[in-house]
Formats: sequence, structure tokens, C-alpha cells
Amino acid sequence: MNFCNSNHASKVIDRQALDNLFGVLRSQSYTLFGPKVSDQAIVYDEIQATDDLPIGWTDEQDAGSYRLKKRDDQALFGYVVGPHSLKKYLFPPAQRLWQVSRDGEQIKLSPEPEDVVKRAFIAIRSCELHAMAIQAQVFTGGEFVDSTYDSRSRNTFTLAVNCGQAGNTCFCTSMNTGPEVTAGFDLALTEILDGARHEFLVEIGTELGAEVLNAVDFRDAEPEDQQTAKEIVNRATGQMGRSVDTTDIKDLLTRNHGNTRWDEVAERCLSCANCTMVCPTCFCSTVEDVTDLSGDNAERWRRWDSCFTMDFSYIAGGNVRTSTKSRYRQWMTHKLATWHDQFGTSGCVGCGRCITWCPVAIDITEEVAAIRRTDVAGATEPLKRGA
Amino acid sequence: MSTLEFTKEQMVLADPMLPTWFRVQCVRRETHDTFTLDLACQDGGGRFSFAPGQFNMLYVFGVGEVPISISGDPATKEIVVHTIRAVGAVTRAMRNLKRGDQVGVRGPFGSAWPVKEAVGRDIVIVTGGIGLAPLRPAFYHVLAHRNDYNRVVLLYGARTRDDILYRDELKLWRGELDLEVEVTVDSSVGRWRGNVGVVTKFIPRAEFDPGNTTALICGPEVMMRFTIQALVDRGVETRDIHVSMERNMKCAVGFCGHCQYGSKFICKDGPVFRFSEIEDIFGIREL
Ligand SMILES: Cc1cc2nc3c(=O)[nH]c(=O)nc-3n(C[C@H](O)[C@H](O)[C@H](O)COP(=O)(O)OP(=O)(O)OC[C@H]3O[C@@H](n4cnc5c(N)ncnc54)[C@H](O)[C@@H]3O)c2cc1C
Ligand code: SF4
Ligand code: SF4
Repeated sequence: MNFCNSNHASKVIDRQALDNLFGVLRSQSYTLFGPKVSDQAIVYDEIQATDDLPIGWTDEQDAGSYRLKKRDDQALFGYVVGPHSLKKYLFPPAQRLWQVSRDGEQIKLSPEPEDVVKRAFIAIRSCELHAMAIQAQVFTGGEFVDSTYDSRSRNTFTLAVNCGQAGNTCFCTSMNTGPEVTAGFDLALTEILDGARHEFLVEIGTELGAEVLNAVDFRDAEPEDQQTAKEIVNRATGQMGRSVDTTDIKDLLTRNHGNTRWDEVAERCLSCANCTMVCPTCFCSTVEDVTDLSGDNAERWRRWDSCFTMDFSYIAGGNVRTSTKSRYRQWMTHKLATWHDQFGTSGCVGCGRCITWCPVAIDITEEVAAIRRTDVAGATEPLKRGA
Repeated sequence: MSTLEFTKEQMVLADPMLPTWFRVQCVRRETHDTFTLDLACQDGGGRFSFAPGQFNMLYVFGVGEVPISISGDPATKEIVVHTIRAVGAVTRAMRNLKRGDQVGVRGPFGSAWPVKEAVGRDIVIVTGGIGLAPLRPAFYHVLAHRNDYNRVVLLYGARTRDDILYRDELKLWRGELDLEVEVTVDSSVGRWRGNVGVVTKFIPRAEFDPGNTTALICGPEVMMRFTIQALVDRGVETRDIHVSMERNMKCAVGFCGHCQYGSKFICKDGPVFRFSEIEDIFGIREL
């Protein structure tokens, strides 16, 4: 019913056509960024052809562990998510904001030139698309617009991929962010791999997507193709390694500032900031002002920062969050509660990266469950109101 | 840019991350560690509008950038005034600035004291230390529109006699017959014959109608906590109390994440908050 209608525009391509599609994007001056095996992980990097993809690899993830394993097939997208997210392209880890030079009385400020690189993002998962939308809201959705983020996100092409399997630390179904790709893409693939059959169902999300697809060989999707694709995504849904009960989660965390669970997690947390670095939505940054030896040329850089670092909350006279407890509480409460107040959505997409890449296996889903088990109200000393 | 008036709308159109250059007109010593910078738009012709309570990001060439409240008269558009306590790298570098030096300015940012909402009411201003600086523009506004308000009370606490800011103006204001101005110091070392003790001690006996009062508070967080309690004890509603908060701040436009305070960004939702909006989180330690 609905299903057939929504997939009305679906097509089917083979691997050769997919390679040709990469070529079409390159011929339209896109630089392709996609998954690649590097240093024993699947990371995003510049790619040219389907040969660069993690063919025949999968990842095994659990709290505090990640390793690559060979598959017994030639799947291009048979893994889940790696440590990198797309934020490194739209919100680079280190970025010059401007330069300024002084020549006697004259001060000349040079803003960074507008970023005009056309980027095609390849094999993007649903959680990642949601994370991009969440960061876009932070940088471009409010009263002020971050010009660098804005220009970087303007010339992009997104080739999404539906997940055919879920990882042990995934919980996108709990966060309503996957595994099925539903919006925010130009083209979306589902990899169909069955014995000798290796094809891709392609959904068209935009006119630009249709144009690119039109330049390669495809056939119309049959109802059976769509059924197969649907089953593939359903398989991923059924494999979700983790889950979070999000009922009332904003109020739950807001009223649990005083829960002793924060002390407990602080005993384990190293305050290493790994979780914030791998999180696709974390957006905190710091600035660094530098000069050359003459002192007449200065630059301002923006770098990723983390609420887990000591001087993040520094004000003259001392840090506000000195304890690990207060930093973990800040991070998790921000992700799952205050983000709703600030930007109208959760700040977590359930990608599981913070769980996998935590050196001591702290698990945000388990922390939520623990707070829920020990729900206590109130941590503030209320004002005394006399009669 | 020189003849532009920097309204909020224009700041948004321009890139909020890029400073504009202002020239130091004068550096005035206020106390042993505090000074006031008068800045004028680069080539003298510019005008700068702000609302009392707002702040600017001030950049010292190559050293760094820090948030500083605007402490001058909002009716004066030619000169932008900041009163700064030298506490670290950037603020010390500012103290060494000289007439003619250039300073990068981004702003004005943030929320304002509710001087319009307070029309027809009593105004009670309670400040501690450098907290008088962000409130001075509100006080100037009240003085310039004295007939719009009922009783006006200014309570100010400094650490010692030598830490008292804006001494000459305080003397002038104390001499006015329709203002109640009280100054106190925490400890009296040397020749001080005035009030000693915390600023909150004036609150029980100051002349104001708690049911028709707008209170404006800025100072260290402990001082604000006791002040709020004393006002509530007198019967002032928390929605009529306004406080200015300070947190680390790198961008002033909600991108850097540093100034988060519960669900608020101090830079864009504050720094001035209606206390009833943050009452639930104000007492939480290390938030
Ligand atoms: C909204 C607002 C208004 C303020 N108004 C005034 C004012 O009117 N007068 C005044 O004297 N002070 C004011 N402050 C405090 C002032 O910003 C700090 O004292 C100043 O940033 C200290 O910088 P520093 O480099 O001299 O000190 P250091 O202690 O050496 O600081 C070291 C570094 O820490 C960082 N840092 C320290 N405090 C802050 C901070 N609050 N925000 C961001 N980074 C910080 C800076 O990057 C600095 O380089 C205000 C702060 C805020 C948030
Ligand atoms: S908080 Fe963890 S699971 Fe959620 S989006 Fe960030 S890294 Fe992924
Ligand atoms: S939760 Fe884990 S990854 Fe995050 S700071 Fe603590 S130890 Fe590091």
C-alpha cells in the first residue's frame, strides 16, 4: 500500500553502475568522502571508486571494544559505524576563523574565504543523517548563523545507505533515528547481496539525486526488490544491540541532578573526552589566538573542545565543574534532556559510538536505566518562603 | 562601516564571529586592579547602540578575547565604555592599552535589564564588587527617566574601601534627595568610617514596596544567593528579581557550548535572567 507508493521512484543498479555513479559525481566536481579501512577501523576519508570501500569487512563492537573482521562475502556496506562521523567535514576539528595583520596604524582583518568544495558523502547511515540535521540546527538554525558551517553544508551530495545489520552498541530505534533512511538524502541505497546476486535498490530523495542516477544504467524496481530491501532493514531493526527507555527522559534527568548514580559513574569515568570526540552531534569548541614572531600577524583558530576537560568551565576565580561527576552529568544531561529545551530534539541519535569508544566501557544506555531505577527528585536547596 | 549604527539586526547580517576595530580614547584607573576603557569606533564617526546589561567580546591583538559588560550610558552612542578588573592574561593586557590603541569588538550580545518592564515601579539594585559595572547603564537609564519610576534604591558592597568603584559618581548619587544609595565594605582596613558588613543587611530596612518592586542583582554567586533570599523574605516575587550570570564564554553566539547553564546559554538567553526562570537550577552545585 503505502509502501509501494513511497518507493514509487525506486530503481535497481549493480555494482558497475554504482561505480559509474561515483564517476558521475566526480565529473560534476564533487570530492567523494566515504568509508575506508584505515588503522584497523572503518573511517571516513576521500575515496574514488567502490574499490576503496571496506569490501568484505565488518565491525564487531561492544562497550569499550571495536574490531574489524572479515566477512564471508563481498559486501560493500556490511559494517555499522566507525569512530568518525561527518561532523569532521562540516565542523572541522581545527579551523582558522580569521587572520589579522597590523602595519603601523593599519589593521587588516582577513576572514577565511568561503568554502566552495563540493562534497559527496558516500554510504551515510540514518543516524548520521539525523546527527547532521541536529548539528545544522545548532550552527544555522538560530538567531546567529555560523558562516563556515553554512558554506560547508551548502554544496553537499548525500548518498545514504540503509543498515542491513545493527551493531551491539546501536540503539537508533530507541531514538527514532533509524535504521531506515527516511529523509535528508539525495539517493539512498539498500545493498542486496544474495549468493551471486549483488545489487542495490536506490531510492531517490531529490531532483539532484534523480539527475545523477539518470546518468547510469538502472532498471525499475520490482515489488520483490522492494520487499527484499524492506526485509534487510527489518533485519537491522531486529538486531539492535541496546535500547533506551526515553519515556519522560527530559524530566527524569532534570530532576535527578542529585542522584548518587553520578558519583558511581564518576568512579569509573576517566574524563578522557573520547565520548565527546566521537559523538556526531557534540559541537563544543574553544578558540586559540596566536601570533607570529613579529607580533604583527595574528590568527584565531577554533578547535573541538569537550565539557570533560578541566578548564572548559573556567572563570576567573576557579572552574565551575571541578569534579568528574559534574562533567559526566553535564554531558549526559545535555545530550538527553537540555538539548530538547535548546534545539527541540534529543542530542543523541543512538549511534553507540560513545559506548564503543569509551576506554572503560561506560554505557549511556545503562546509565539512563540506572538513573531510572533510582529516580530521586530534587537536589537544589529551595528558597525559604516564610509565612 | 564607520557611520553605521550597530543594531542587533545588522550584527546578524554581518558575520558575528568577526570583530570590528575600535580605538582606545582613554584608560581610567578606578581602583588598584580595575580600570575603565573608553572606546570609539575606528575613524570616529561610528555609533554604537546597546541595551543596559548587554556585553561585548573584546579582543586584544594576538592575546585573546573576553566577554566584558558595557558599563557606560546607553544614551551615549559615540563612546563604548567597559570597566574591567585585571585578573588574567587578557584583562592585564587591556590594562596596558594606551590612547590610540586598537581593540577588536564583537557585540553587543545578550539580554538586558528590564528597564521598560519596571516603569511605574520601585527599582532596587543590589551589586557586589565589579557587579556594579554591568548595572551602571541601567542606573543611568533610570536617572535619565527618573519620573518613570517610584523609589530607586542602589545598594553596593565592595571588599574594602580601596575597592569601591565609581567613587565620585556614588558620592553624587548619594547626595540626590530622591535616591537611596548605600555603600558598604566587607572589612574596614584603614580610614573608613562608613558601613561595614554584607550588602544584604540593607535589604530589610530599605524603603521599597515589595509587591511593586523590580530588583536587579549582579555580583558573586554567593552574594546573589543571599540577596535573593533577603528580597524574598521581604516579599518580592522571584519573577520580579533579575540577575546577571557569568560563565566561561568563547563565542557569545551559542556555538561554543562553554556558557551552558542547565538548558540556558548565558550568552544568548542571558546574561540577565528573570530569577524565576533559573530558580530551579540556581542552587545546584557545579552545574
Ligand atoms: C557576560 C559576562 C560579562 C562580564 N563582564 C565583565 C565586566 O564588566 N568586567 C570585568 O572585569 N569582567 C567581566 N567578566 C569576566 C571576564 O570576562 C573575565 O574576568 C575575563 O574573561 C578574564 O580573562 P583573562 O584572560 O584576563 O583571565 P584569566 O583568568 O587569565 O583567564 C584565562 C583564560 O580563561 C578564559 N576565561 C576566564 N574567564 C572567562 C570567562 N568568564 N569567559 C570566557 N573565558 C574566560 C579566557 O579565555 C582567558 O584567556 C564578564 C564575564 C561574562 C561572562
Ligand atoms: S551520545 Fe553516544 S550514542 Fe548518542 S549520538 Fe552521541 S555518540 Fe552516538
Ligand atoms: S564516559 Fe568514557 S569516553 Fe567519556 S570521558 Fe568518561 S571515560 Fe572518557
